[in-house]
Amino acid sequence: MVDEQSKPKVEFVHVSATYGSHVALREISLNIPENQVFGIIGPANSGKTTFLKCINRTIDFVSGVKVVGQVFVNGKNVYNMRDVCNLRRRIGMVFPLPVGLPLSVYDNVAFAPRMAGVHDKDRLDELVERCLRQAALWGEVKDRMQLLGTRLSGGQQQRLTIARALSHEPEILCLDEFSIAVDPVTTAKIEDVLMELKKRMTIIVVTNLVQQARRLADHVAFLNDSRLIEVGGTEQIFSEEPAEQLTYDYVRGHFG
Amino acid sequence: MSDERAQSNRVSVADEGDTDHVFAATRIQRRKQTSEYVAKFVFMLMALSMIVPLVVILTYLFVKGMPALSLSFIFENPTDRLRAGGIWAPLVGTFYLVFFSLLAAAPIGILAGVYLNEYASDNWFTRVINLAVVNLAGVPSIIHGLFGVGAFVHFAGMGKSVIAASCTLAIMTLPVIITSTREALNAVPMSFREACWNMGATRWQTIRTVVLPNSISGVLTGVILQVSRAAGETAPILFTGAVIQLKVANSGPGYFFPYSLDEQCMALSYHLWVISTQIPGVPEPALFATATVLIGLVLIVNAVSITLRLYLRSRKKW
Repeated sequence: MVDEQSKPKVEFVHVSATYGSHVALREISLNIPENQVFGIIGPANSGKTTFLKCINRTIDFVSGVKVVGQVFVNGKNVYNMRDVCNLRRRIGMVFPLPVGLPLSVYDNVAFAPRMAGVHDKDRLDELVERCLRQAALWGEVKDRMQLLGTRLSGGQQQRLTIARALSHEPEILCLDEFSIAVDPVTTAKIEDVLMELKKRMTIIVVTNLVQQARRLADHVAFLNDSRLIEVGGTEQIFSEEPAEQLTYDYVRGHFG
Repeated sequence: MSDERAQSNRVSVADEGDTDHVFAATRIQRRKQTSEYVAKFVFMLMALSMIVPLVVILTYLFVKGMPALSLSFIFENPTDRLRAGGIWAPLVGTFYLVFFSLLAAAPIGILAGVYLNEYASDNWFTRVINLAVVNLAGVPSIIHGLFGVGAFVHFAGMGKSVIAASCTLAIMTLPVIITSTREALNAVPMSFREACWNMGATRWQTIRTVVLPNSISGVLTGVILQVSRAAGETAPILFTGAVIQLKVANSGPGYFFPYSLDEQCMALSYHLWVISTQIPGVPEPALFATATVLIGLVLIVNAVSITLRLYLRSRKKW
């Protein structure tokens, strides 16, 4: 069901990742089309987070990990890339444990643009406001921009990381369990923003909430036990007849 | 129905005769309680015994040195073959040695610590460096002194001088500074670094903006604690730059800067050793007063470092 004519934004070719004797990803091959929301579902320990880390090569920081295979972003193999920082700047990452940097809220969001060389005050102000609005956090922090990011509540820090991930205007936005500490109303707001953002960027959503994947995603991949079980259009995955019985069981909660 | 039950509950609680045995301690509980008290007392006693030597040493030195202690004792140069006068020249010598040894050791140690903690990957090369650091920290100071003679005084051609003694002290303090720097950097959560890297920050940008600002208190404390160590050690400077007596000016700039770097200098710890063992007839109060000043200097430096640490910790951001 993957659209044949739009070229893939991210392409995995026989990617395997192993931590010592533990295999986190086994021979994963799939294409993620541009300007869509791509959902990744699967039980705990199925390799979802490792999958994301392979895209922006933050997996390099995990000691003892070995990655085989090729990952292409915009048709370029990320494992042959010289300027990894440039790659990471084009990919926004949100991980499930919110990390507010020990800087003010403003500096948290302005961090990435500054590191990329933007120092113009007006431009930063405008950018910080826009990102915080998109992360549905602006209303809560607009009067306390000098508050330390680490002093925000867990849910607020979570949205701060989303704002930060958007701050460098990425082409690809990866969200790993972004709604884990966020209330349903705010989650809905962020989901609306994502639907808006997908016109401009490719969004990859890893989620344990099967229904969230169904709501958001155009395509869904189902990982289980470090293997790719099935990838297809959302409708097919959630239909009565996905290609694999395992997928059917998982999305209906008959699993495990 | 529920009213009745509430009432019956109240009755049974009020009935003290019935509940007594429930709350009374059994033999086993009493024994547990006793051993709890004994354990607490023993541990507290051990902790308290830590401060006893310190208090005894300080009081003893201070009381014995009292008659000789005065401002002029600190600010006057020794005279009469060290038997009279003050301790100004050795005191300034100690400042010289501390300053120049840390001038060399602090930057090298901090940068090496940053490299080892932030850049180095876990391979045999890093492990060899770590092993060297740990072992260097355990080398006795007299060995450092002898190494200094060979490496700096003779091989590097510095001769017995302030600079050779400072370099020897630097070698001695370096591993401790590296270790304390690494510990301070380690205390910054890994997740902060990962958050920065995820946004495309380079390692250096991450260190500069997030890691160092949040660990600088620990790094500085580690360096300051080495001040007192460098000030107190005698063995490393024994053969590398300390001299029994040097004729120094009693006024003018020569009073404040009595030594040149390529010459030997006096030092407080060495001076104390000399006047207490090598020169007969030094009045006893002068000996104790010298010791009091030396230990006071060390304590002041430690107090500064603790205050700095407390102050910076109170501003800790997570």
